[in-house]
Amino acid sequence: MRLPFRSRPFRDVDRADLRADLRDALALATAVLVVGASFGALAAAAAVPAPLVVAMSVLVFAGGAQFLVVAVVAAGGGVVAAVAAALLLNLRHLPFGLAMADTVGRSPVARLVGAHLLVDETVAFSRARPAGPRARAAYWMCGSMLFAAWNLGTVAGMLAGSAVPDPDAFGVDAAFPAGLLALLLPGLRRWDARRVGLAAAALALLATPVLPPGLPVLAGLLGLLVAGAPAGER
Amino acid sequence: MTWPALLTLAAGTYLMRLAGLVLRGRLRLPARVERYVDLGATALLVALVTTAALLDGSAFAGWARPAGVAVGALAAWRRAPFVLVVVLAAGTTAGLRALGVP
Repeated sequence: MRLPFRSRPFRDVDRADLRADLRDALALATAVLVVGASFGALAAAAAVPAPLVVAMSVLVFAGGAQFLVVAVVAAGGGVVAAVAAALLLNLRHLPFGLAMADTVGRSPVARLVGAHLLVDETVAFSRARPAGPRARAAYWMCGSMLFAAWNLGTVAGMLAGSAVPDPDAFGVDAAFPAGLLALLLPGLRRWDARRVGLAAAALALLATPVLPPGLPVLAGLLGLLVAGAPAGER
Repeated sequence: MTWPALLTLAAGTYLMRLAGLVLRGRLRLPARVERYVDLGATALLVALVTTAALLDGSAFAGWARPAGVAVGALAAWRRAPFVLVVVLAAGTTAGLRALGVP
């Protein structure tokens, strides 16, 4: 068995590129650490037992879904409804997986381990790099760093409890969409991607008041209807 | 929250992540469909960015967050380094909130 991170990608990437990607991934990991801490604090405040909180961050590793579940449980909602809603929110990972298969790697080990690291930020981070070894190295680097940051943050937040400040005070909630957008911009130079993106944004906004969480983003896929004919850059 | 609920959520999430990766390895897609798969990821990410920038649940998030994202977007468009984009966005939003903007 060859571990995915010891296989070729990291060796085939220019050292300077690797360092630049590492620096960018650290910025994302820092933000994830802060949000992870707020999750840990919130879950502890909602009286979720500590082993469950830790296990959730390790085994689920999906911020939006974890916050959703804890919020529903804290509000006295049913656990089954909470899990169903969270799974609906995570449904987008399936189309992400379709798009990322070549980047993650073809070996069974790469797929089995890489699947767990498939989160929005890692997908965007890796897609912002040239396809091939650099995108693959970026996927594994960013994915494992975010996993570590999310879990460290969760434990720290749980221990610190109410001493954890509201991450909104640091504007972390603006850092994520801004970071994702920065990663997406180069790809949006393609005019078909820009058209699809604009349609997806409009559809997701229009669908939000009428659909449960998760579905508005998936409704963005209908933006593909305006993809038109393949074309290069313009 | 219970262990069965947690393990169901974990298994379901993992299987959805794995399903896409495995399916893609099994299918030999024509170039036209591959383009849609690729554009589909872009569509999902843009939809995520838009809703995350503007909404809190299904309500408007207030002005501080979209303002921060706009500053970050402008910096990214001017090809500022990624770290700076993130810091400018967070700083703008945090600053506005400190001034009392919701």
